[in-house]
Amino acid sequence: MYKLYAFLFSAIVMLIPAMLMAQPNGPVEMADGLRSSGKIYVVVAVIVTLFTGLVLYIISLDRKISKLEKESDQSHR
Amino acid sequence: MIQKTWWKILAVVLLLYAFIGGLLLPVPRLPIVNESIRNLYYHVPMWFGMMVIMTVSVVNAILYLRSKNLLYDIRSGAYANTGIILGILGLVTGAIWANYAWGAPWSNDIKQILAAIALLIYLAYFVLRSSIDDMDKKARVSAVYNIFAYAMLFPTLFILPRLYDSLHPGGEGNPALSQQDIDPTMRMVFWPAVLGWTLFSVWITTLFVRYRKILDKNILHV
Repeated sequence: MYKLYAFLFSAIVMLIPAMLMAQPNGPVEMADGLRSSGKIYVVVAVIVTLFTGLVLYIISLDRKISKLEKESDQSHR
Repeated sequence: MIQKTWWKILAVVLLLYAFIGGLLLPVPRLPIVNESIRNLYYHVPMWFGMMVIMTVSVVNAILYLRSKNLLYDIRSGAYANTGIILGILGLVTGAIWANYAWGAPWSNDIKQILAAIALLIYLAYFVLRSSIDDMDKKARVSAVYNIFAYAMLFPTLFILPRLYDSLHPGGEGNPALSQQDIDPTMRMVFWPAVLGWTLFSVWITTLFVRYRKILDKNILHV
């Protein structure tokens, strides 16, 4: 009798990890529609355009500061 | 002309790659985060970039204390400025992501709280800087404070969060972003994104430093 209890107990204990692991195993939802329709490229194009604009702006600032540096070098001497 | 151009081009190319590759390359299909896992390419580089930028800031603070050259103080303050912006952006983007992944923008997660504390420590640095008029005294006091603030940066962002349970991944005994924590294909975008954001931040900071050098030319004797 005692052996049977021990067997049942250990069987249940061994099942616990399996029960914990058993999460709903359906397919994970991703933005597959957005990709297959090609609309994701619209988003990429917008982000790349925005970033390019910002970079061009920083380049123009960089150039202006370079010009100021030259002028201030000349006026100092 | 743009000075020493190659690393600025590298920064732009790496960020373009991070934007395009970050949206188009495949990512692991995981529950809860789903497609928002791509935020790893944009939210986490803010923190990594901040840590690099704050390191540059503290190195310049030490160089100031050794040489008493005010140029190092200007650099130290400018890098800390950029670093705090990256930190604030990291906190805000984290809250946006948390709203969807954890159900609330602020969950009093240990990493959220300590990141906010790290930012507050650095905000005090700017209060300190703006409250002293004497340039040399300001430079000296803020350089010393910078070292203390830096000494708290890595404990608050990396060490202390490990002592508690966090909603953030990667805190379970192993260093964050170890081999198991990040998928190999994601690593191909993540690290270029970190380098790109860091270089981009350095670029913006150098613009500010160069502007201050022109303004304070009479004091700097350069």
